[in-house]
Amino acid sequence: MDAKEIIARRVAAEIEPGTLVNLGIGLPSMVANYLPENAHVFFQAENGVVGLGARPPEGMEDPNLTDAGGGFVTAVPGAASIDSAMSFGLIRGGHLDMTVLGGLQVDAKGRLANWIIPGKMAPGMGGAMDLVTGARRVIVAMLHTQKGSPKIVPDCTLPVTALRRVDLVVTELAVIEPTDAGLVLRERGPGVTVEDIKNATAAPLIAEHVPPEMRHLI
Amino acid sequence: MKKAMQPDEAAALIPDGAVLLIGGFMGVGSPHRLIDALVERGAKDLTIVNNDTATPEKGVGKLVVAGAARKVVTSHIGLNPVTQKKMFDGALEVELVPQGTLVERIRAGGVGLGGVLTKTGLGTLAADGKPTVDIDGETWLLEKPIRGDFALLAAHQADYVGNLEYSLTAHNFNPVMAMAAGVVIAEPENIVPVGVISPDCVKTPGVLVDHLLARAA
Repeated sequence: MDAKEIIARRVAAEIEPGTLVNLGIGLPSMVANYLPENAHVFFQAENGVVGLGARPPEGMEDPNLTDAGGGFVTAVPGAASIDSAMSFGLIRGGHLDMTVLGGLQVDAKGRLANWIIPGKMAPGMGGAMDLVTGARRVIVAMLHTQKGSPKIVPDCTLPVTALRRVDLVVTELAVIEPTDAGLVLRERGPGVTVEDIKNATAAPLIAEHVPPEMRHLI
Repeated sequence: MKKAMQPDEAAALIPDGAVLLIGGFMGVGSPHRLIDALVERGAKDLTIVNNDTATPEKGVGKLVVAGAARKVVTSHIGLNPVTQKKMFDGALEVELVPQGTLVERIRAGGVGLGGVLTKTGLGTLAADGKPTVDIDGETWLLEKPIRGDFALLAAHQADYVGNLEYSLTAHNFNPVMAMAAGVVIAEPENIVPVGVISPDCVKTPGVLVDHLLARAA
């Protein structure tokens, strides 16, 4: 199982049946592939659909039915199309149960940076600031390091996306929960030791006992 | 009853330097023929308010590539390298606004509200230079309304009085922008007789729409 699949499978286990969930572009969007058939989850695409479905069969694409990345999608039975004011009203108003987002950095306070590298890359925040501020639960799904450098750091050196503390960070090495006391190591990746995780993490980690390996990876 | 106009007639109504609200999300739900006509006319110094600058070949991205814009107010430019290059070169002013804040600022402009109070952006670069307001012990960021000289919309169907119906994810900013500009020009995929669009399906009442683009030949 490669690193991204480990992350996507572990995040999928966090999704409760019957909830409304927004998945970010890239790695987070892989999470939908690992949900059980009967999960009864509605995925929101912030460009305007509650009940996002899989890719359409070739030749059946509707140019007016896309995801937030502009890719062709379908809608599941029970789906609703909405405008951007309704879409972000759902996000900001506390109606969105969970968002899963990628990350550039997470710090010891659980703050996320994921929208700009000043001077290098300025894609814009899109909906990320609203999602991190407004979703009931925020999960960061990201690789533990970037070219060997830790992405979990004492203080974000990149501009933060919001002041809000995220609820859970899932990487291929660890499941980490930001708390009042700091970053708590909850689970280890398959075959990974606490030492491995600490070596790949720049922020202090709290691990009072040896945490279990990740659950629900099958 | 509205008169259906050609794209070049519509583009001729829009002067250089105008502030345009343009519907669309990654080019989906954007008025493509109207955008092409503005590029063709050689429009200049526009301020463009739009969710994103799409790609260089699509939607609002074409106006950026053509050098028609002086400024863009948008939430995302990540898929249009030309926007980023012009921004870094100083050839284009870019105001990045969180997406939910952008739509609410336009909504405020369209419904007579003096601003939006939001938690989004507090403590980030998006709050730079903006006032905060304390209400009952909670701090909010004050975001100002946005209005345009023109709103350029895409719709699925229009009827003869200008009622608009949208399709699926092509709604996005269009119904909100329809409220927030001096002149509203809509580019529908189809124009149908009055009565075909049920009153329950009308998302933008025709009284808000000034001009309709004729169906593509």
